[in-house]
Amino acid sequence: MSNQTPHVGLFIPCYVDQFYPNVGIASLELLEKLGCKVSYPQNQTCCGQPLANSGYERDTIGSSEHFIKTFGEFDYVVAPSGSCIMHVKEHFPPEFLDQNAYKELQGKVYELTEFITDVLKAEIKGKFPHRIGYHSSCHGLRGLRLGASTELNVSPFNKAKQLLQGLDGLDWVELTRKDECCGFGGTFAVSEEALSVQMGKDRLADHLEKDVEILTGGDMSCIMHLQGISSRNKQPLKFMHIAEILNQAIQ
Amino acid sequence: MSHPSKAAEFLKDQAKSHWHDETLWFVRDKRDKISKSIPEWENLRTIASGLKDYVLNNLDTLLLDFEANAKKNGIHVHWAVNAEEHNQIVHSILEKHDCKAIVKSKSILTEECHLNPYLEKRGVEVVDTDLGERIVQFLQQPPSHIVLPAIHLKKGDISEIFHEKLKTEKGNEDPTYLTHAARLHLREKFLKAKVAITGVNFGVAETGEFVVCTNEGNADMGVHLADVHIACMGIEKIIPRRKDLGVFLRLLARSATGQPITNYNSHFRSPEPGKEIHIVLLDNGRTRQLAREKFKNSLKCIRCGACMNTCPIYRRSGGYSYGSTVPGPIGSILSPGIDVKKYSTLPFASTLCGSCSDVCPVKINIHEQLYEWRQEITKANPDMAKGMSMKMASGIFTSPLAYKISGSLMRKSLKALPKSIIYNPLNVWGKERDLPNPPKESFKEWYKKNRP
Ligand code: SF4
Repeated sequence: MSNQTPHVGLFIPCYVDQFYPNVGIASLELLEKLGCKVSYPQNQTCCGQPLANSGYERDTIGSSEHFIKTFGEFDYVVAPSGSCIMHVKEHFPPEFLDQNAYKELQGKVYELTEFITDVLKAEIKGKFPHRIGYHSSCHGLRGLRLGASTELNVSPFNKAKQLLQGLDGLDWVELTRKDECCGFGGTFAVSEEALSVQMGKDRLADHLEKDVEILTGGDMSCIMHLQGISSRNKQPLKFMHIAEILNQAIQ
Repeated sequence: MSHPSKAAEFLKDQAKSHWHDETLWFVRDKRDKISKSIPEWENLRTIASGLKDYVLNNLDTLLLDFEANAKKNGIHVHWAVNAEEHNQIVHSILEKHDCKAIVKSKSILTEECHLNPYLEKRGVEVVDTDLGERIVQFLQQPPSHIVLPAIHLKKGDISEIFHEKLKTEKGNEDPTYLTHAARLHLREKFLKAKVAITGVNFGVAETGEFVVCTNEGNADMGVHLADVHIACMGIEKIIPRRKDLGVFLRLLARSATGQPITNYNSHFRSPEPGKEIHIVLLDNGRTRQLAREKFKNSLKCIRCGACMNTCPIYRRSGGYSYGSTVPGPIGSILSPGIDVKKYSTLPFASTLCGSCSDVCPVKINIHEQLYEWRQEITKANPDMAKGMSMKMASGIFTSPLAYKISGSLMRKSLKALPKSIIYNPLNVWGKERDLPNPPKESFKEWYKKNRP
């Protein structure tokens, strides 16, 4: 990173804006505490992922154009969601592939934890004396490679773990199935309701068996799904986005 | 029936679907361990993928080489453009030899062609000799998995079927006992069959030989006892050189079952004196798939089944939920190429988690192709219900104002409405999940106040 303060455009996914403002606030404050100049362009809209994943990528030309315009001016674009970042990086319609503005954007969009570990190269010092289970959301893991997936024969790494393990007192729980999907999957959650719920229940069971106190992760969509099942079944689990943990713990 | 309804059906028996998930996870876990015992694993995958790319780009000449070399070795080579032709060719060979009973070792390709009913209708007894396949054949079911055809059945189920069909003791579930009974039963069939049919795992262009991989040795037993061997082979099964087997055989066994090597990798090159070998080369839509730039590398598949074992959907919905010959992730990208309407729900039977692509020994980008098929399917079926609702959403997402209004409306109505309305039966999300507690303001509203 250069010595100049980078100007970060904060991209807050639509459902986070509406349902989880605290995750947006935590992301903003955390980046500020780490020395970034952060702006939240207020005319931002959904990135178009739900449409594209449902087979209507061709109808996202408008939202993609809008996104490129809205975030073009920043040094970096950061979002507390691996899934939305992967969409912006890989799934804008083919019309954009040759556009320089899109190519530039692809090179400067980051998911929050990878921005901290790879661009800011910051270590976070602080205290968070809790037993944490980490949900590796698939698009972040296998799409953005925020960690080594268990299928591959590569040296293990995990950017979220790298950040969380710097916190005093934090007890990182190794799950039996470290990176199995929770079953959210966007419209899958509704179109394949039975499977989606079963997958969520199975993921929760892995955390509960290991006495996890707080389940965290980098994508609120997965957490919304897991928390919804957990709360319906009155399970004793708490849920936090990783930005909330880091922002609360940082000294 | 669509994938979601069949999956929901499978999930009704919670204990059994849980067992199915755990059993296949066990295989996936075994595969993980053994693949990590080879430092060059990822390198092997890259080489295998590159070889298969070469094959797909040179399929025409490689096939002709294969044919010429096989003929030199005394093998009869036949070409079949579709399943019907394939079945006719097989049947005409049987007729020539006046053969009324055949043994067959595992071949997904003959399932694809529905060869068994075709031959049975013409008075030929077909006996599948792979143990799992024999079991599903007794039940008149298709295989539910390409490597583990009877994985959806438990020991108790098998004991019952054997009691009925092979007169084993009622209630005896001892695997050794049951396997022994199957062995005696099959041996009799082996001894009677004049013709043996096998699939083909690899056809070597350079030498005209082909390789069949089984764990039970049933292919060899059938072939060596019969006078005629018919090998049914998809045209994509070609590899350039014999030494390429050193890459593929290592990947196949480890990916399929977590074994270091398949028990029998049998090479067939030329017939014994007085005997015959036939190869039937089948297209059946493969060249059509080859012409589809985005989907052609689905033809690299070596049918190891690893993508099924790793798939969190397959493990919980079972092979039959796909309604196609090849189930699971690879089936979901192959089947729409055969019939885009019939298989339209399959590419949506996925969260796009990507585990299949990471596990695949030939590096097929399965989840990306699922995404691409979705784009095609919504074009082919413009009346899909999803289309309507997503169109509406598209209107919302492209206009910041509309998005803001609908979002805040949603938040407000969540607060105001009684639980009974939010969780009405039409609300699929809320059937087994609570909705998030609506906050008093959105992030944007907070931002305006706090970062003016
Ligand atoms: S797609 Fe890949 S993982 Fe799936 S069966 Fe084929 S080779 Fe195996």
